[in-house]
Amino acid sequence: MDRKLVVPGDLLSEDAKRSGEGTYICNGSVYSLLYGLANFRDKINVIPLAGKYVPGPGDNVIGVVKDITFSNWIVDISSPYDGLLHISEFPKRIESEDMSKYLHIGSSIMARVKDVDPTMKVELTLNDRKLGLIRAGRVVEMSHTRVPRLIGKGGSMISMLKKELNCSIFVGQNGRIWIHGGAGDTDLALKTINLIEREAHTSGLTDRVVAYLKREKGARS
Amino acid sequence: MIAMDETDISFFKDGLRLDGRKADELRPVKIEVGVLARADGSCYIEMGGNKVIAAVYGPREVHPRHLQEVTRAIVRYRYNMASFSVEDRKRPGPDRRSYELSKVSREALEPVILTSFFPRSVIDVFVEVLQADAGTRTAGINAAAVALADAGIPMKSMISSCAAGKVADTIVLDPMKEEDNFGQADLPIAMTPGGDITLMQMDGSLTPDEFRQAVELAMKGARDIHELQREALVKKYNQMTELSPAEVHACD
Repeated sequence: MDRKLVVPGDLLSEDAKRSGEGTYICNGSVYSLLYGLANFRDKINVIPLAGKYVPGPGDNVIGVVKDITFSNWIVDISSPYDGLLHISEFPKRIESEDMSKYLHIGSSIMARVKDVDPTMKVELTLNDRKLGLIRAGRVVEMSHTRVPRLIGKGGSMISMLKKELNCSIFVGQNGRIWIHGGAGDTDLALKTINLIEREAHTSGLTDRVVAYLKREKGARS
Repeated sequence: MIAMDETDISFFKDGLRLDGRKADELRPVKIEVGVLARADGSCYIEMGGNKVIAAVYGPREVHPRHLQEVTRAIVRYRYNMASFSVEDRKRPGPDRRSYELSKVSREALEPVILTSFFPRSVIDVFVEVLQADAGTRTAGINAAAVALADAGIPMKSMISSCAAGKVADTIVLDPMKEEDNFGQADLPIAMTPGGDITLMQMDGSLTPDEFRQAVELAMKGARDIHELQREALVKKYNQMTELSPAEVHACD
């Protein structure tokens, strides 16, 4: 795969059809919008090295309830925009007065972004089996720009991690990751995620992570 | 410092300037990226005797709320001189000059920032001048552009900035303090690498021909600075990749 470090304004291609994420077209040529790594495939995508998470519909996120209003929980999703979880998006029918009995300020939740409107009102939902209040396990934070590497192509990395580490893992697109499993397994999972975050920009990462896990597990037994 | 007044100063000696530069030569530039851990993006720049640090925060929630724009992000730029940045102590706090520089610098950067990507948010840019030696606004803009890129903010291009001046009837690039104080004109510009000018100011006086020549020279300087900004960003990435294998060993 052909990858190159680019800065905003760098010319990437003279074929406007190859414009992908993180690029723009001006006078029929493709330029970079970001400081990051450009991937030259059919389309040219620029993956940023830093930046804030901007929620999009369908994203899984991990948030912390920071306020409760008459019919909404306001949720911090480590983004410039707060998430709103409406009472009707809670899996069970509850009354307004009882909202804080189910999710109180400080509760961590796994949620999905239901919709984002043009003024960036972010609506969340808990209506799915795998979503809901976090009762056990640990949450770690990493840069959201590294999340695609943690998931891997078609989920290859994350499904390998779940199997090898014997843990439940929930990856929030906002860079928060929930891990639940035995104490030793969780520790190893944290270390592995750290490794992935540090080496997110290198190629052949999945193979190296497999080797790393084999070594670590060998050392344990 | 040596007492100087306009009558007894010579700006050139053997065809070279007071600091040994040629008329079309920049002062040495040093750029470091990502110097602040708490900021989303940061940059430290030295351009000759100027030492400037820039920090970028955001996009983040706007406070106070009424400044918020529904369709786009706002950009706030604060140019500030440290009290110890000049020879006589500068009275701290914003003054007329720093308000103006904040405004023109913001307007120099805003056209390339894709503010529509982040409605209802703010991108805060703080520029602190630690040491001043003529041309702090250009140094501030150069640092701010690098810090914005470092913060992962989408931009149509970088912005680089440079000044040209006129001393002893000669057009010179990047005037230093003596040339700025006792020269005949000063013309700072900021532009994209494509040559679109986003800032142009002038004091003193130039003939139309001299003006064209000065703009041409300042644009050449800005292009050179763009290369240096690029280099600094590339260097930061290379350092990052070199660093990580060592860290893996430590954790093995």
